Amino acid sequence: MKQFRYLFKKEFLHVWRDRRTMLILFGMPLVQILIFGFALTNEVKNSGIGVMDLSHSATSAKITDELKASRYFDLVEMIPDHDALLTAFRDGSIKLAVVFPGNFQNELAHDSRSAVQLIGDATDPNNSNTLIYYATAVIMDYKDRPTAGTGMPMVIKTDLKYLYNPQLKGSYNFVPGVIAMVLMLVCAMMTSISIVKEKEMGTMEVILVSPVRPILVILAKMVPYFLLSAVNIGCILLLSVFVLKVPIQGNLMLLIGECLLFTITVLALGLLISSATNSQQIAMLISLMGMFLPTVMLSGFMFPIENMPVALRVISNVVPAKWFYFIVKSIMIKGVGIKYIWKETLILVGMTLFFMVVSIRKFKTRLE
Amino acid sequence: MRALLFLLEKEFRQTFRNPAILRMIFIMPAVQLLIMPLAADYEVKNIKICVVDQDHSQNSRLLINKITSTNYFTLVDYTGSYNEALEYIEKEEADLILQIPNGFERDLVRENRAGLFLALNAINGVKANLGGAYLRSIIADFNGEVMLSENTIPYQSAIPGITIAPANWFNPLMNYRYFMVPGILVILLTMVGAFLSSLNIVKEKEVGTIEQINVTPIRKSDFILGKLIPFWVLGLIILTIGLIISRVAYGIVPAGNIGVIYLFSAVYLVTVLGLGLLVSTLANTQQQAMLLSFFMMMIFILLGGLYTSIDSMPVWAKYFTKFNPVSYFIEVMRMVVLKGSTLYDIRFHLLKVMLFGVVFNALAVWNYHKRN
Repeated sequence: MKQFRYLFKKEFLHVWRDRRTMLILFGMPLVQILIFGFALTNEVKNSGIGVMDLSHSATSAKITDELKASRYFDLVEMIPDHDALLTAFRDGSIKLAVVFPGNFQNELAHDSRSAVQLIGDATDPNNSNTLIYYATAVIMDYKDRPTAGTGMPMVIKTDLKYLYNPQLKGSYNFVPGVIAMVLMLVCAMMTSISIVKEKEMGTMEVILVSPVRPILVILAKMVPYFLLSAVNIGCILLLSVFVLKVPIQGNLMLLIGECLLFTITVLALGLLISSATNSQQIAMLISLMGMFLPTVMLSGFMFPIENMPVALRVISNVVPAKWFYFIVKSIMIKGVGIKYIWKETLILVGMTLFFMVVSIRKFKTRLE
Repeated sequence: MRALLFLLEKEFRQTFRNPAILRMIFIMPAVQLLIMPLAADYEVKNIKICVVDQDHSQNSRLLINKITSTNYFTLVDYTGSYNEALEYIEKEEADLILQIPNGFERDLVRENRAGLFLALNAINGVKANLGGAYLRSIIADFNGEVMLSENTIPYQSAIPGITIAPANWFNPLMNYRYFMVPGILVILLTMVGAFLSSLNIVKEKEVGTIEQINVTPIRKSDFILGKLIPFWVLGLIILTIGLIISRVAYGIVPAGNIGVIYLFSAVYLVTVLGLGLLVSTLANTQQQAMLLSFFMMMIFILLGGLYTSIDSMPVWAKYFTKFNPVSYFIEVMRMVVLKGSTLYDIRFHLLKVMLFGVVFNALAVWNYHKRN
């Protein structure tokens, strides 16, 4: 026990005295929360659109006014001809064009139907889709207005309710993901680097020839990062509740317990990386490519897993962050209890045990 | 000049003799370009719907058939009550509940208006938004059919019929990969430029070999150029590999001039290398350099418009993206590759990135001291 205390003190001071690293480790969650919470929205708004009115008619002018008044579109540019249209798309100033054909008014008057063309910049397909929907809604709204309330037959009215996230805020989706990302970084990457560094510098040899038991060496490496992560989790939760206004619907103790469980999982992963490599650069690359990227890509918080091809969906099952993300989302946002997440929790526990056993067995007490 | 040549020889040897780096040159673009676009599919499809049909009428069945026959929606289950359906949403097995209340058909025929209720899992805002819009347009379509079939048309000719013809330019098949792949190429170049260069110099610091260089008569500028040029070449090689992969795997052929892409990349690489250099003058250990460049890259990439559109960001974030070289490059890449924009279209982007390059490199050189 005394040995452990000394070792722990050594490791703790190592971490504590590297102020630059500490600053980044605490600054990172703060910045991430701010970026994800405020800057990244999947909502489409303030897009520049162009109107090419070849008919110069009263109706088209009225519809243009409606488009200008809509809060979805930021800037409405009038476009004289086809060449100007192409230029506006190419230099990126508009994302959607509304084209009134030359005979728009005529057709409307004589055949009582005419077509408006909506051209979306499908470089970003979702954006294009959404803008076309918005513009369609504005035009349809204009079209239906004169007949509203005049007793149309057989109208189906649809009521819509957004569950859990009525304002469609992006942060609801992101907060659980940010926790997973930060833990991945702090625990997996930092732990593995700090162990490999001792190998690279040769100081590992000094420790290994001392009478300290290897398991204590490992534990002493992990505990400071565990404490650091615990503080980080606290900060993220406080920030998300008080700054982002993402409420914690479920049981707080359950949430914290699950977070600590995931911290241990990731620490075990970091240990596994460090036992497999000898150079810091490789350890970093493995934790970035092998851990961090899958966490971002395959955990479901950035990209929907159900859209992925089967192979990736299968792989996503071995990414611990996927299960953690599901658990945190369920507790924080849906407010469900352990009844709905016991399976996922068990999977995480299983993974942790597996990583622990493998890495401790692989930990070499001798240097080749 | 001769000193620079020797330094270059040293750096190239060192780089190309390191199997880890060589592996990375080929594996990183392959992995990122082959796996990321597959994973990063934001397209909203396969919306899982749970139907609570309390009406059991002909119309309710017709509506359900109409919804499930589109390929956007997959029917999970019919449940008897709303609460049972909610259970599916809580278990994440459904995204959307459509409730057809008892008396739907009767109200539609007798009262001329009937209600439907939709509840969406809105944790994922995009999906909820687009899913709701799709479903409502299907319901509107269905409503039109019902009106027609009941022969209650007189009103139809009374209102001006404006129809809408949507078109999607530059990516008519709405292939999400065309959107992601050019952006991922940018991320690749950025990582190579910023990470590898900063780690390389800091490693010399950490191992102590930088002392040996500092005591030689090699000039500061030669040392820095000697460090930058190999990574600049490496970056262009990776770009070439990336372009070949995106051509072979995704059939993406740049609509614009490929020379414009190379010109911009060459300038951009100088900028990110300058950034990597700056990081390396600030950090003393590889761990610090790594964290610092990761931290900066994360901010630059997240706010670069790769996943979410810059138009929708709040004002302060938009100002920030004006100082973000990554966002310029992503935009240029998409413009040239997909829309065929010309050098003239992107001239301001190019000038700005050049300016950043000058600033970053000047700061780095100014901050690098041959003395400790």
